This record gives sequence, C-alpha cells and structure tokens, in this order.
Amino acid sequence: MILQAENQVVDVHNLTVSYDNKPVLWNIDLTLPKGALVGIIGPNGAGKSTLIKAMMGIVPVDSGYVKIFGEALNVVRQKIAYVPQRESVDWDFPASVYDIVMMGRYGKMGLFKRPRKADADVVMDCLRKVGLVALKDRQIAQLSGGQQQRVFLARALAQEADLYFMDEPFAGVDIATETAIIELLREMRNDGKTVVVVHHDLQSAAEYFNWTILINTRLIASGPTPQVLTNELLQKTYGGKLDVLSQMQDIIKIEAFSVGHS
Amino acid sequence: MSEIWIILTGALVAISCGLLGSFLLLRKMAMVGDAISHAVLPGIVISFLITGTRESLPMLIGAGIIGVITTFLIEMLHQKLKLQEDASIGVSFTFLFALGVILISQFADKIDLDQDCVLYGDLAMIPFDQLTLTSGIEIGPRAFYVSMINLMVVIAVIVLAYKEFVITTFDNSYAKIIGISATLWHYVLMSCVSFTTVTSFESVGAILVVAFLVVPAATAYLLTNKLKIMLALSALFGLLSSVGGYYLATYFDSSIAGSMSVVAGFIFGLVFSYTKIAVRNTVQTEPILK
Repeated sequence: MILQAENQVVDVHNLTVSYDNKPVLWNIDLTLPKGALVGIIGPNGAGKSTLIKAMMGIVPVDSGYVKIFGEALNVVRQKIAYVPQRESVDWDFPASVYDIVMMGRYGKMGLFKRPRKADADVVMDCLRKVGLVALKDRQIAQLSGGQQQRVFLARALAQEADLYFMDEPFAGVDIATETAIIELLREMRNDGKTVVVVHHDLQSAAEYFNWTILINTRLIASGPTPQVLTNELLQKTYGGKLDVLSQMQDIIKIEAFSVGHS
Repeated sequence: MSEIWIILTGALVAISCGLLGSFLLLRKMAMVGDAISHAVLPGIVISFLITGTRESLPMLIGAGIIGVITTFLIEMLHQKLKLQEDASIGVSFTFLFALGVILISQFADKIDLDQDCVLYGDLAMIPFDQLTLTSGIEIGPRAFYVSMINLMVVIAVIVLAYKEFVITTFDNSYAKIIGISATLWHYVLMSCVSFTTVTSFESVGAILVVAFLVVPAATAYLLTNKLKIMLALSALFGLLSSVGGYYLATYFDSSIAGSMSVVAGFIFGLVFSYTKIAVRNTVQTEPILK
C-alpha cells in the first residue's frame, strides 16, 4: 500500500542499494509530503538507516534516484539537516557542547570563513530549544546519552534546514528527553518543516508520526499513519517475528476492555 | 653556532609533526602517519634518480605524490576490498618501503643516499649543507629553511581550514551532508603529512618522524579536552623533546634523533603518571555517598 503524497518534498524513485552485492534496499519508490512528521519503521536490518542515508546521498546507490524539493541533492544540500545515530561518533573528541552545535553552521559559512555573531546567536537559540544552555561549555565526553542526543538535535536545528533526517533519535535516551524531543519535532512540523525519523518502537509510532513508511528491504507501505499501521501491513513487515508481540497486544486490549465492560 | 641550527631544525620538524599528529590521532590514523613516513621512500629515490640532485623541491613533489598514493591505496584496500584497516596499512606501506629499499641498493653507486641516512636521519650533519646567498654569505642550513617553510605551510593550512579539519575528523558523514568534502580534506591532511615527513627525513629520519607524529599528540590528548589547547600542547611537547633530546644526545654522545624520541617518550610517561595520580586524587576527594 504505497500512497503518493501531495505537495512532495522527497521523491524516491526505484531506489536500490546494496552492500557486498547483497541488496539492503530493493526498488524503493515513494514520496513524502511537506510539513509531515514521518516515521520509518521496520525490523533490525531492514535498511531503515540506509534509506535515509541514500536519501541524503551518502551511500552509493545501485539504481534509481532521489529528488528533494524537486531538485538534485547537491542543489538543495543547504536545506537538509541530519541527526546521526549517537554511536556513530567518538564522544571523547576534545570539543564542547557549543563547538559541536556550531558545526551545524559550517555548511552555510563557506570555505575558510569563521563563525560570525549571527552564527553564535543561532547556536545559542538552538541550545535554548533543547535545554542545554547551562551545559554549553561542558565537554561532550561528560554528557549523558540523552544530553548527547540533544546536542546532535541542536546541531541539526542550527542548520536552519527545511528537511530533517534523524537516525534513531530516541534510542537509549531517558523519557524526559524523549518527550522533549517529540515536542520539538511537532513544533518543527507545525512550522512547515518535514522531519523523517528512523524509529524502532511500534508502540509510540502511531502517536508520534502522521506519515509512516514500513520497510523490510522492500517497501511495504508508505502513507498517512492510520492507513499504514494496520495489523496486516505490520505482519507483512515483520513476518513471523511480530506474532508474539501482537498476541500480547491483543491480550492487553481484551483485558482492558473486559475491565471497562464489566 | 651549529648547535642552535640543529636544535631549531629539530624543533621546527617536531612542531609540524605535533600539529598534524593531533589530527591523525583524533582520526584514529596515527599509524597512517607511520605508513606514509615509510612509503615516501621510493618517491624520494625516484625523484633523485630523475633529477640527480638532492634539491628539496623535486624530492618534496615525488614523495608528496607517493604519500598521497599510499593513503589512496590504504583507502582502496579498506573500502573497496573490505580488508581490515590495519592490514591495509601493513600491506601498502611495507610494499612501497621495500620498493624504496630495493631502488636504493640497486642504484647505490649512482646516488648519494644510503639506507641508514633515510631511516635514522642525521641531524648532526645538517649544518654542513648550508644555504648560500649569491654574494657567498652562508645564511644557515638548508634543512632549517625547508623545515621552516614546511611549518609555515602546515600552520597556514590548519588555520585556514580549521573548521573543515575539525568537522571531517569528528563526524565524517555529517560533513558530507552539509557539503564539506570529507575526501578532499582527508587528502589535504595526508599531503601535509607526506610533505612534513619528507622535509623531516633528512634530519630525523623515516622511523623517528613517527615518534614526533604520535607521541607529543598522545601526551597532549591526556591533558586536555579542548582541541586548540591540545594542538598548542602537542607543539610544545614536540619542542621540549627536540631541545631536551639534543642535550641528552650531547651528554651521552649518542644519536640526536634517537634521544629526541626518548625524551618524547619520557614526557609521555611523566604526563601519564601525573594524570593517573590526579584522577585518583579527585576520586578520593569525591564523597562516596551523596
């Protein structure tokens, strides 16, 4: 069930990506609407991270193309922001919170230029949004997992982009950070930004996202969340692995209802 | 007089290496520096065979090219052929270095280069190769000026491209996404390392230049978590190693470059013990129960 978006910001056409001749993504064809909070859902190894990396042009693509805002990637690079997985960098790097968030401005500054006052203002504003102003001079090695995730989020915000890609921003963070992040993402969506999030928790997916992509190497579904997060499509995405999970959900539902009806 | 020239030349080499070494260390590529310093040997010999002189410029170009080829080779083996990175480094540089050794022994009668000189350098000899003005006045050893120009280039590149080096070191794929070419800056850094290695090979040699690339940077890394301070400290430790090493060598009448490396290692040991003690003390002063 692949629904095409109106007012498209991302257009992925027949995309195939493979590592070591093994396909990771097979013939993906989808579009994403402007102003959406998009969740990419699928089992481990389904190619979720690879999909956003291919959309941003940082993994080699076997076939197909990606258009962002109707243009080739290199033309619109300044409008794209990225929050990588927290584990993808070495947090012992000698830098402060402020230094890392300032990196979000580097793309706009241009070659050999130094940060100006305007850049510093944007950085402070982004630190405020994620609640890290008090920790701005803290060394990044001394942050908790949730705080590190907020640093990456602030860095992406500092890019002042229109389209945001986030790789598992909720992985390993405390519940306070998760709530703060999702609030921020909703604000961004309401400002007309598009946010694409790789997500692994089915429970919260329905609540968080208004557009959902289900993948398992192949694209299973893409469309408004209520139409996509159905038992049948989830079964198709997760194969047999979902059985236990869905049975448990059924049990919980029955118990909840039986209490309500008695 | 020659004493000052030797110390100054050693110091210039050490500072260049300290600055570049900091970035190599943070990129977890300290051993790529090792690889380049060995692999440039065939470049040096081939330039020598073509031009027939020990002029610095052709050697710099020849070795610079080979240095970049080495990094390219390592990247290719690692990325394309999926060989482990340490194995890729091992395969590439031993091959190129061995090629250099064969070339030297093959053409030993034609060239004024010997393996000992290339491997261990000879700082004590540098004052005998003076740069003379057209008026006939000797203004100092050639190696000194070559090292100074190299240091100025290294500093200029780091100052100009500081943010590019920082971002590609910390988060390579993020740099790509915001439009900063990770590949380009990788090769810029590696070219700087190649050139520095070649300018240093006459003075400290291909083996000990590795000590200058790795040890001062590693010492600085133990002491700070601010990159700019790390760069400054790394340069300072390089400087101290070369000055201290010179006097150690004169006192024991032994190899200057060897003594410099020993001093660098000694400073590392001191700093390492200091940080261990400092950490233990802070742990003890922290309340166990809050």
